[in-house]
Amino acid sequence: MNEPALRIRDLAKTFTLHNQGGAELPVLRAVNLDVAPGECVALDGPSGMGKSTLLKCIHANYRATAGSLIVRDGDTATDLTTATPRELIALRRDTVGYVSQFLRAIPRVPALDIVAEPLLDGVDATPEVLADARREAEALLLRLRIPVRLWSVAPATFSGGEQQRVNIAKGLIRKRPLLLLDEPTASLDADNRVTVMAMINEAREAGAAIVGIFHDQRVRETVATRVIDMREFI
Amino acid sequence: MNARTEFATAVIREEGYNFAYLDERTKRMIRRAILKAIAIPGYQVPFGSREMPLPYGWGTGGIQVTAAIIGAGDTLKVIDQGADDTVNAVNIRRFFQRTTGVATTERTTEATLIQTRHRIPETPLAEGQVIVYQVPIPEPLAHLEPREAETKMMHGLAEYGLMHVKLYEDIARHGHIADTYDYPVMIDGRFLMSPSPIPKFDNPKMHRNPALQLFGAGREKRIYAVPPYTTVESLAFEDHPFEVQKWEHACALCGSRESFLDEVITDDKGGRMFICSDTDYCGQRRDGAAP
Amino acid sequence: MTLLDQPILEVEGVTKRYGDRIAIDDIRFDLWPGEVLAVVGESGSGKTTLLNCVSARLKPDAGRVHFRTRHEGVVDIYDLSEASRRLLARTDWGYVHQNPADGLRMDVSAGANVGERLMALGERHYGRIRREALSWMTRVEMQEDRIDDSPATFSGGMRQRLQIARNLVTQPRLVFMDEPTSGLDVSVQARLLDLLRTLTRQLHLASIIVTHDLAVARLLAHRMIVMKGGRIVEEGLTDQVLDDPQHPYTQLLVSSVLQP
Repeated sequence: MNEPALRIRDLAKTFTLHNQGGAELPVLRAVNLDVAPGECVALDGPSGMGKSTLLKCIHANYRATAGSLIVRDGDTATDLTTATPRELIALRRDTVGYVSQFLRAIPRVPALDIVAEPLLDGVDATPEVLADARREAEALLLRLRIPVRLWSVAPATFSGGEQQRVNIAKGLIRKRPLLLLDEPTASLDADNRVTVMAMINEAREAGAAIVGIFHDQRVRETVATRVIDMREFI
Repeated sequence: MNARTEFATAVIREEGYNFAYLDERTKRMIRRAILKAIAIPGYQVPFGSREMPLPYGWGTGGIQVTAAIIGAGDTLKVIDQGADDTVNAVNIRRFFQRTTGVATTERTTEATLIQTRHRIPETPLAEGQVIVYQVPIPEPLAHLEPREAETKMMHGLAEYGLMHVKLYEDIARHGHIADTYDYPVMIDGRFLMSPSPIPKFDNPKMHRNPALQLFGAGREKRIYAVPPYTTVESLAFEDHPFEVQKWEHACALCGSRESFLDEVITDDKGGRMFICSDTDYCGQRRDGAAP
Repeated sequence: MTLLDQPILEVEGVTKRYGDRIAIDDIRFDLWPGEVLAVVGESGSGKTTLLNCVSARLKPDAGRVHFRTRHEGVVDIYDLSEASRRLLARTDWGYVHQNPADGLRMDVSAGANVGERLMALGERHYGRIRREALSWMTRVEMQEDRIDDSPATFSGGMRQRLQIARNLVTQPRLVFMDEPTSGLDVSVQARLLDLLRTLTRQLHLASIIVTHDLAVARLLAHRMIVMKGGRIVEEGLTDQVLDDPQHPYTQLLVSSVLQP
């Protein structure tokens, strides 16, 4: 149980801009970080220090330039920097959850289905499975105060706060051992912020390892068990 | 001997033409094509179709097949839409009388060789007889798939789903399969074949027929065959089975309820009657001689 | 090991030349069941040649394309007889053309278009064919009462949906798509994309989609291949390639469009 859910060693990320004379932008130089199950690590530091870049590397959205990123799920440990695309897809489905700042809405897909989708990924969507997934999605949307009349509407027209809550519900509906949160409360009102903080704590108490960016100091103090200053990694 | 055969036998063979008009080499070439066609029932064999002294569409394919196989001992019958005395039939019969001098007949049972346009005689054919069909368009898929390379491939691989697409389309539009003639058939479970524009009424007669059936398409330069006793199946759907035409009337002349009837307008006041299309069959029945 | 644990398509070293010009060079990739792979690149980069070579429409000069059949294990599609290859192409595979008129029979009804593959496989019951056609028309969001209409009377979006239904009626496991949305106006595109996305997921379809539209790739594809000059210059998860492009050409491609 003491094995970290995430072990980062000497992670570096440099962007090479080939179309701007091959300019090199080193963003992360040597990140070393372990995150244990039940821990919530807040990444702190001024903007431009690579907080989001680090989260995106852990989600394998950005490809690491050097180093290793080992994610553990039960007895299986996978290095994200060498995993095949297929393994990465499975990891994202089962192991690493990610709540981005903005919802990438899909035309015509209703909010309820967007939220339920992670539960249907990779399983045989029988009517029972589908009904169960929808029920869970409804419970989450209810808790996040999304009006029922919006459930069957595609979220492209939702307000920023509504979109973000749909995004949070989508990111948290499937219980994954590692959660990445990029400013999950940025555009939420006070009530919803409290709800989201409670949900994050519940996930952590249930054993998830969490890495997040929380600009709001009150949120950070409520959910984080450890704060890492990004300046350490320069 | 009745008046009709009297008229027919009045012509004698003219000198100056080779027997049956075509030269011997051409006839051998056509015979080879026929043999191949018999060996692969339903398969369209290409042949070097010749210019004939009548236009395409008048039976140039059938005439070349007949010319290639007719012998001095044959008795020839020629029908057009079932009748022996229509223009096309009369002309082709005279053509072979003049170029071969063979005996001709209107009686199905007496003929050894029958050339036909658009009908199969009502009187059942027997072993030893040969029937030659005139074919305008030998390719049953021609209207569905314009690329000939593709239709050849489809025959080669027995991919005939497209033919059912056509039948599906008929049922969807008309509630039933609308083809009433040139109704597609499968030969020996292998090749899709056009039976030539005979009414579908005649299709069942092709099935396991004791006679040799040969098909000639002059313009399209194809010969194909159905050897005696070969399976000939008319395409259909399980829930829309193949059916032949039926009439409420009997033949106004001979009273037959089994034969294919033509509707004939008798005056310009809307008077009409239904009579057998097969003139020999009808005449035999009226003479009390046969069926 | 189940079928899902093995690639459905393995492409090894596929090369095609037109005279001296190399159209595609040493292409290799695997495709897994249920996986959607986007092939992007500018015109002339070899996308369509690649699609034709792996879908048995164009024999490559070198290389192998292995397909895992339902019942007979792995086959090299170019070792198959013409008959088996054509059978495969109308049962286990689908091919969606950019221009629906190339993939439809424009002179027969919508129902006959959907039913053709069933009839080609020997279905001889009109009622069943029609029921199946109706069910597929509904799945691609077409009105049932258009079943007897000719696709010539349909809009571009409807034609494309009909083409998709016509391909999916035999429940293929692998569908090739050549710019399936590019001939359509934007509102119609969105609907079609959503439909494709839903169907590929529901039916667990493996698919190769050639597109020059990065947004299409983002929405539909798990993985992406970027082609330039007949070669694969970059590949990876779709969001990796779009959000963190490594190759100069990919960076140019991504920076050239507005919010892919």
